[in-house]
Amino acid sequence: MYSEKVMDHFTNPRNVGEIENADGVGQVGNPKCGDIMKMYLKIENNVIVDAKFKTFGCGAAVATSSMATELVKGKTVEEALKITNQAVAEALDGLPPIKMHCSNLAEEAIKAAIDDYRAKNGLLDENAEKNACGRRCDDIHHMHEEE
Amino acid sequence: MGDKMIYLDHAATTPVKPEVLEAMIPYYTQKFGNPSSIYAIGRESKKAIEEAREKVAAALGAQPKEIFFTGSGSESDNWAIKGIAYANRDKGNHIITTAIEHHAVLHTCQYLESEGFEVTYLPVDENGLVSAEQVKNAIKPNTILITIMFANNEIGVIQPISEIGKVAREKNIYFHTDAVQAIGNIHINVEDMNIDMLSLSAHKFYGPKGVGALYIRKGVKITSYLHGGAQERGRRASTENVAGIVGLGKAIEIATQRIDEYNSKLVALRDRTIEEVLKKVPFVRLNGDRYRRLPGNVNFSFEFIEGESLLLMLDMKGIAASSGSACTSGSLDPSHVLLAIGLPHEIAHGSLRLTFGEENTQEDVDYLIEVLPMIVERLREMSPLYEAYLAQNKK
Repeated sequence: MYSEKVMDHFTNPRNVGEIENADGVGQVGNPKCGDIMKMYLKIENNVIVDAKFKTFGCGAAVATSSMATELVKGKTVEEALKITNQAVAEALDGLPPIKMHCSNLAEEAIKAAIDDYRAKNGLLDENAEKNACGRRCDDIHHMHEEE
Repeated sequence: MGDKMIYLDHAATTPVKPEVLEAMIPYYTQKFGNPSSIYAIGRESKKAIEEAREKVAAALGAQPKEIFFTGSGSESDNWAIKGIAYANRDKGNHIITTAIEHHAVLHTCQYLESEGFEVTYLPVDENGLVSAEQVKNAIKPNTILITIMFANNEIGVIQPISEIGKVAREKNIYFHTDAVQAIGNIHINVEDMNIDMLSLSAHKFYGPKGVGALYIRKGVKITSYLHGGAQERGRRASTENVAGIVGLGKAIEIATQRIDEYNSKLVALRDRTIEEVLKKVPFVRLNGDRYRRLPGNVNFSFEFIEGESLLLMLDMKGIAASSGSACTSGSLDPSHVLLAIGLPHEIAHGSLRLTFGEENTQEDVDYLIEVLPMIVERLREMSPLYEAYLAQNKK
């Protein structure tokens, strides 16, 4: 069901943990839906120098969290915001269709952490839309109802 | 870990016993005749089917002509429920079942609702039990069928089938039970228990996959399921799965003969697992009644972690188990059974079902209770829910 790369990132997840005094922290997901991703970013001169995560969720949720932290490290904030769920999934050699929502979660966790960073640093225009959007588990549920 | 594999998912399926397979093989090769044929090898197949029918009847305390072979437990459930519904529409359109049935029953009932039938899904208590009193109170003048599972596939809880059968008989309403998980684990007698229909499936008791049976009490008004040839007394057309039926017969014979011995073995494995895990792991609960449960069934919910991750980690350690987690079912909702006993979604997501069987030993339990607490701890260490819980309790 899962690619070797997913299993590798599930078995040996990179960057598990917390960052004390993180510059940006984002949590997305809902325990009701069975997955929550919390991402911690350390940002220096607009560059993400460290990333860590904690995840409650299935194998794909853990693996996408791990991959997302790997992908954002070394990137500027603007570059990190361009990471899509597709990019996370592709970096893992793909995800089963039913698990694609896990990669959405990873993309949103990055955005939520960056929103938090910007808000803390007065970089967020109050009128501007936040990058992370609310997500409900039943949205995805309907997609898979027929399976 | 090497090639070690500890199979703890006997509620999903069981291996075919060597003596069962041995009994089946001739019916694939030299004894391949069609049971409907008139010549010797045809008659031989027919005879084998009738012998298997006698074995099933003996196991249930029924008459051989009340046993009908089907393709699976799900087919038996579909036949019993739709067959009664369609044949008795003139009498009423109300069906009583429970919220924790197998999907073969639940989805069949939901389908019938779309066809104009009315279904009552009885709630269960926190241990997963329904009472005969609840059933009695749900009966209406238009009730035509009560369908309640013997033992639950997820949490192993055993329903008061005799009491429910009594209520159904008193009110003259047909009573069907899905006994797929119960066969070979519980002594069943359809006469004493007032059961009118009973579904069973061979692969749950060391028989082959793809063959089941439905007991239909003589005189029950039910429509035929598959239309075609005269097989199964015209009730279920299809050339018979002769080898499968022979396997089912052999397997049920063995399974019912050794119920007591099998039970005491499984209960020892089950009880030690429950005691040790509850002792060693914090924030865990046992789902389903502690005592009124199948001898081989254990079902835990571990707080702060998710079931699929737990299964993957157990698999890496060579342990095959199952979960009521959404992620293993292909939907995002956790098990309907765990929700019905009142578990919040997030706790239901962290469930683990272990079902013991013939090949398991106390050494398997030793290994399980060594490995499982470490895995749970590891997953909790990466869980933001656990982190939040610890932070809250520090304050």
